[in-house]
Amino acid sequence: MSIHTTFKGLAALTGAAALTTLMAGTALAAPAVIYDLGGKFDKSFNEAAYNGAVAWSEENGEDFLEFELQNDAQREQALRRFASQGAQPIVMAGFAWEAALTAVAPEFPDTNFVVIDTVVDAPNVRSVMFDEHTGSALVGALAATASETGTIAFVGGMDVPLIRRFHCGYAYGARAIDPEISVIETYTGTTPAAWDDPVTAGELTTAAIDEGADVIFAAAGGSGIGVLQTAADAGVYSIGVDSNQNYMHPGSVLTSMIKRVDLVVQESFTDAADDATFEPGRVDLGLSEDSVGYALDEFNESEISEEMIAAAEDLKAQIIAGEVEIHDFYTDNACPLD
Amino acid sequence: MDLELILSMANATLRLATPLLLAALAGLYSERSGIFDIGLEGKMLAAAFAAAATAAVTGSAWLGLFAGVAVSIMTTMVQGFASITLKGNQMIAGVAVTMLAAGLTTFLGQTWFGQGGRTPQLSGDARFERIILPYANELSGVPIVGPIYAWVLSGHYILVYIAFLAVPATAFVLYRTRFGLRLRAVGENPKAVDTAGISVTFQRYQAIFITGILAGLSGAYFSIAQGAGFGNEMTAGKGYVALAALIFSKWRPVPVMFTCLLFGFLDALQIRMQSTELPLIGEVPVQAIQALPYVLTVVLLAGFIGRAVGPKAGGVPYVKER
Repeated sequence: MSIHTTFKGLAALTGAAALTTLMAGTALAAPAVIYDLGGKFDKSFNEAAYNGAVAWSEENGEDFLEFELQNDAQREQALRRFASQGAQPIVMAGFAWEAALTAVAPEFPDTNFVVIDTVVDAPNVRSVMFDEHTGSALVGALAATASETGTIAFVGGMDVPLIRRFHCGYAYGARAIDPEISVIETYTGTTPAAWDDPVTAGELTTAAIDEGADVIFAAAGGSGIGVLQTAADAGVYSIGVDSNQNYMHPGSVLTSMIKRVDLVVQESFTDAADDATFEPGRVDLGLSEDSVGYALDEFNESEISEEMIAAAEDLKAQIIAGEVEIHDFYTDNACPLD
Repeated sequence: MDLELILSMANATLRLATPLLLAALAGLYSERSGIFDIGLEGKMLAAAFAAAATAAVTGSAWLGLFAGVAVSIMTTMVQGFASITLKGNQMIAGVAVTMLAAGLTTFLGQTWFGQGGRTPQLSGDARFERIILPYANELSGVPIVGPIYAWVLSGHYILVYIAFLAVPATAFVLYRTRFGLRLRAVGENPKAVDTAGISVTFQRYQAIFITGILAGLSGAYFSIAQGAGFGNEMTAGKGYVALAALIFSKWRPVPVMFTCLLFGFLDALQIRMQSTELPLIGEVPVQAIQALPYVLTVVLLAGFIGRAVGPKAGGVPYVKER
């Protein structure tokens, strides 16, 4: 399993340069993954990264290094520590890595970095971006077909452009099916604590249900657990995010907007470990790669009818073909719905 | 604002005020007896964890509640031993308890359940059900009273009713019983109580025992009623908000209830005002709305309540002879 290493602090960093030259390129170097705030076992985004790492470990029979952030200040420190230990590659999951990685990447030119959800322009960094808006559009379409009240809701985690991108795609997808549908938009908070606050998320869900929503999409990391629970208690549908969360409340979780963070981590551990196969630069993963989409399994097959699948697949084909435009929040930091 | 929205907000107000109310009443017993309790947050967190962990293992919400209260009492007693018997600094004892609880709950959670400090999700009997009051459905048709009874008062967890019943009970104990008189006396003038032949130490231990029970109920509410399982730091500073409510209402039980209802209302308002268009202003940014409860608290605390003077002997360990 995983190796937990303790922080050695700044003292150890003085030897960093020497260590890097010693260990860089050696086959012994273990890959490392750093989870973002919200926790490794958030059943969502970070857990997907963890599952990918575990899958790699089982496949290769090797250990990997991992670290769970407790606060924002640890980012650079964690990167430097892993890099100076000779970890190869270092995979980071989270949109908030830009500043830390921009600072650290040039210090370790021989280390390969892979960052998910943000873009860092450096010769030794691969930036993986997912098309959250198109994936969310598909679950939005499913929500619109499942809704009987004509009102659906969105509970986001921390209010950041990434999460607004989920919302915007969701709303566009729902509108593609039902132009009259109303979409309630809420966020758990404005600090990283919003990723791990199921109680507030549950209250937001209750408020949305009181306003008539009967499908609630949680794009809130660990807070989403509260959304799914509240929706199950109230007997309405919820939609999970990042990982497949259908199993959590069978019959209540309509589907999950999956984002194959696990595959990215698993593949990066192999191909980014070797300079021959490592390709720096930006990679965009979307519907056509099946890297985002909706989850269908034995836990929700009774809730999703053939017509609903047909509607979602139809929308998917239209989006890929460019016939339907799903607005990308990143392009103008706005979501023009009207 | 239509009627349905008002009723749903009133319902949410009661639900959100409950943990604050239980915690504030817990603090009231302790502080009225002369022990400042900054460790409420820690006790609640420890209780929330113990309740969820026990409920997860045994499958019984009642056993969970019992364990939560028991752990809260134990924590309170440790804090009490430091600040009553050993006459240590009450603030430091409280902070120590809070820090210990924050670390220990995550550590034990990870050790026992391996989910990063979370307990497994609770379902069925491992969690309290909402109680529908008798005839709630039949009476909902009655004008005015009906909807209030059916949609606001009915359908809460048992701990909500316990919390609001604890208010008159506390007022009675505090102002109408011998125990209450002595409790207030050790907080104001322990020397006089001692001279009358009553043990200040024992009286204070009795007070914090009740604090432990109420803080335990408050903590358990988070993990086995409102939520379904424990998450790291899940009490999210509510213990400190309760402390503010206590000071705000000058350590009196009925005003404590109204203050907690006000805080609960602001919370409910904050949740419902997101993405709502307001007349004249338009859509208010989420950040501004989320800051609202805190802004109002500061304004009210600074401008409206006047001087809040605590129990005179509060914070001072009682020493018989110098």
